[in-house]
Amino acid sequence: MTGRSPLSSRLLCGAAGVAGLFCVMELAGRSGLIDPIVFPLASTVVSRAAALAADGEFLADVASTLGAWAAGLLIAVLVAVPTGFLLGTLPRVEAALRPVLEFLRPIPSVALIPLALLLFSDRFDMKVAVIVYAAWWPVLINTMYGLKDVDPLAKETLRSFGFGRMAVLWRVSLPSTAPFIATGVRLAAAIALILAISAELLAGGASGIGTFIIEAGGSPDALEYIIAATIWAGIIGVVSNSLFTLAERRLFHWHLARTGGTR
Amino acid sequence: MLEISNLDHTYGSGPGAHHALGGIDLRVTQGELVCIVGPSGCGKSTLLRSIAGLLKPTGGTITLNGTPVDRTPDDLAVVFQDYSRSLFPWMSVGDNVALPLRRKGMDRGQRRAAAEEALEQVGLAGASGKYPWQLSGGMQQRVSIARALAYRPSLLLMDEPFGSVDAQTREDLEDLTLRVRNHHNMTILLITHDIDESVYVGDRVVVLAKAPATVVGDLRVDLPGPRDQITTRENPAFVHLRAEVGRLVRGMRSHPAAAS
Amino acid sequence: MRFLRVAGRLWLVPVVLVAWEVATRTAEDIFFPPPTVIASRMHELWFSGPAQHLWLTEGALENIPTSLGRIFSGWLLAGVIGIALGIMLGRSERFSQFVDPIIQFGRAIPPPALLPLFLALFAIGTQMQVATIVFGIIWPILLNASDGARHVDRLHLETASAFGFSRGQRLMRVILPSAMPKIFAGLRLSLSLALILMVISELVGSTNGIGFQLLDAQRSYDYPGVWGSIVLLGVLGYVLNTAFLAAERRILSWHRTANQTT
Ligand SMILES: Nc1ncnc2c1ncn2[C@@H]1O[C@H](COP(=O)(O)OP(=O)(O)OP(=O)(O)O)[C@@H](O)[C@H]1O
Ligand SMILES: [Mg+2]
Repeated sequence: MTGRSPLSSRLLCGAAGVAGLFCVMELAGRSGLIDPIVFPLASTVVSRAAALAADGEFLADVASTLGAWAAGLLIAVLVAVPTGFLLGTLPRVEAALRPVLEFLRPIPSVALIPLALLLFSDRFDMKVAVIVYAAWWPVLINTMYGLKDVDPLAKETLRSFGFGRMAVLWRVSLPSTAPFIATGVRLAAAIALILAISAELLAGGASGIGTFIIEAGGSPDALEYIIAATIWAGIIGVVSNSLFTLAERRLFHWHLARTGGTR
Repeated sequence: MLEISNLDHTYGSGPGAHHALGGIDLRVTQGELVCIVGPSGCGKSTLLRSIAGLLKPTGGTITLNGTPVDRTPDDLAVVFQDYSRSLFPWMSVGDNVALPLRRKGMDRGQRRAAAEEALEQVGLAGASGKYPWQLSGGMQQRVSIARALAYRPSLLLMDEPFGSVDAQTREDLEDLTLRVRNHHNMTILLITHDIDESVYVGDRVVVLAKAPATVVGDLRVDLPGPRDQITTRENPAFVHLRAEVGRLVRGMRSHPAAAS
Repeated sequence: MRFLRVAGRLWLVPVVLVAWEVATRTAEDIFFPPPTVIASRMHELWFSGPAQHLWLTEGALENIPTSLGRIFSGWLLAGVIGIALGIMLGRSERFSQFVDPIIQFGRAIPPPALLPLFLALFAIGTQMQVATIVFGIIWPILLNASDGARHVDRLHLETASAFGFSRGQRLMRVILPSAMPKIFAGLRLSLSLALILMVISELVGSTNGIGFQLLDAQRSYDYPGVWGSIVLLGVLGYVLNTAFLAAERRILSWHRTANQTT
């Protein structure tokens, strides 16, 4: 066996794995091992998913979910990062607030959806509100953690050249914390998508991937639509996760080079 | 210009406390290059951090040009012993050197030119686009020296600045330090482990004793003419001073006859 | 002294509670009931039962254990499957290459999106909730276990083969223990995820459980009931996390001392 064998390529192996799963599912359906009425054929699902990509209604739903997701994530970051810096640089305030935060944090964010449904008349606002609440925690926690990790000697270096507090914050603490913030945002992005879809499942009426899935439930070939839409939700998750990971690698190569690149 | 009197510092409190500095008196005049030697862990870095205003000593006073040091004085630069941690990994080498120059009100072009020049002086021409973590330890150390030199402070504090470089580069850097001092009339405090080095570059050598640190010797280095790596080190006065400092560091009294 | 220290740390909590009470009483907004009203509603809903039931009400006895049962069975099942699969993935580079894209994809699917699917496959009930929880929380366990198993110290493995350990011994004595700290990190993350998925699955399709009670309160415009359920879930999350941390300290310290003596 030479090192050049096709089995040594991750890409080929991965593709083979996906194709294998597809074939097994398809065969199981066609041979009657899994009743196609209970669980649709793999080929049916894939063609349905492909058709959805050209379905204007579905695309509008995707756009609505992504819109709420992006808005919620953005607001969460804009609130959480300054809060994290405030708490990180004022240890007294942090010590006072810590127990309050520790009581709030374990509340499962989806439990707030029924309350938010009562409070917000607009479905989109409701979605954004619960996303902000859920997404702000990982960003806040990571910001505070990153601030603790700033090398005191790096700060002293700048101070020794006569720079003031704000300059140290801006030129040392912020860049040094940025990779941690980015990790927090990546985690928050995944949670935000979970919340967006949960809110849509519960709210009904409005538009979104979750709404699409709920409404498909009424049609005779409901499962096909549900699985196809779920596949798209997964693809959105994969794409957003890869984009964030890629951006992190690009922007913070200095951080990865020092920590060995594992995470 | 720098006056330290009865400086005392204790780390921590209670049973775990460590008395690092035990009443240090030191006076440094404008333009002087003072070397501080002493055994490892005796409190040299602690003394330097106090002068830089990075550490609040528990006793005694430090005055710089007549004003007491209670925060980092203006126009001062430090080469930290832990040079690699003091370089910013998210900035290129050139940006690291240029960053402090913002305080001098230079524009972008001037900053870059000054950084290039300083890097060239320490033998790192062409490294300015690299990142600190892409350089070897000795190269990183030279970057932190370049950063301090480019700043042209009136008081320069160096904590074992030549520890990680090869012998040849070390000699070059010693000569560079002497040249820069003469050109820009800097006052320099240089901490070193190397007794030869202290006598070679210093106008004075101050010897500290261990736990808590006190000044046990303060020798004036009177060597003729501009210093030169070969001839100065051959000079009998140099050899004599070196032996004297060595004895002080080892804790013997300064006169050889008293040692027996 | 200890009391004073705790009081010094927690002083803001009563301040916030009092401020909240005052603010809600003056605002008189039905959406925001005062904390005392929430507390009395919680008492009424769950803690006003007879003494022989530890003062738990009928509603508490029906719903809280149901929800906890779903969380724990989902968590256990995901733990067993996740650790087994993860270790296989970590020890076999080839296998991991083949299934990696499938795992990356599965991990990226927002678990609530699967609820309607599981609802159709399993009908309303515990099975569907457990399926959702298992699918949603297995990924952190699986990925951490495979990461831990992949980075077993070479020297430990070589020692094992030098002493002629069998495959089973190698797995149980070397690979599993060294992957344990990572596995625990994954288990902790997935426990808090399990709570979230329990709630959402009970909100979407259930006839009992705390999530169902929350939905019920919302539908009947019982605002203190809604707030009370949220508080109860928060307390549950806090207790689960604290208990897990305590257990982890115990188990991992045992693992550490065991490592030192052998
Ligand atoms: N932050 C600190 N907290 C407690 N003790 C400290 C701290 N920093 C230094 N020390 C102690 O103070 C003493 C002096 O330390 P210092 O770093 O000044 O020594 P040094 O002379 O610079 O040594 P070296 O030549 O090895 O760099 C040491 O014994 C050290 O253990
Ligand atoms: Mg030192």
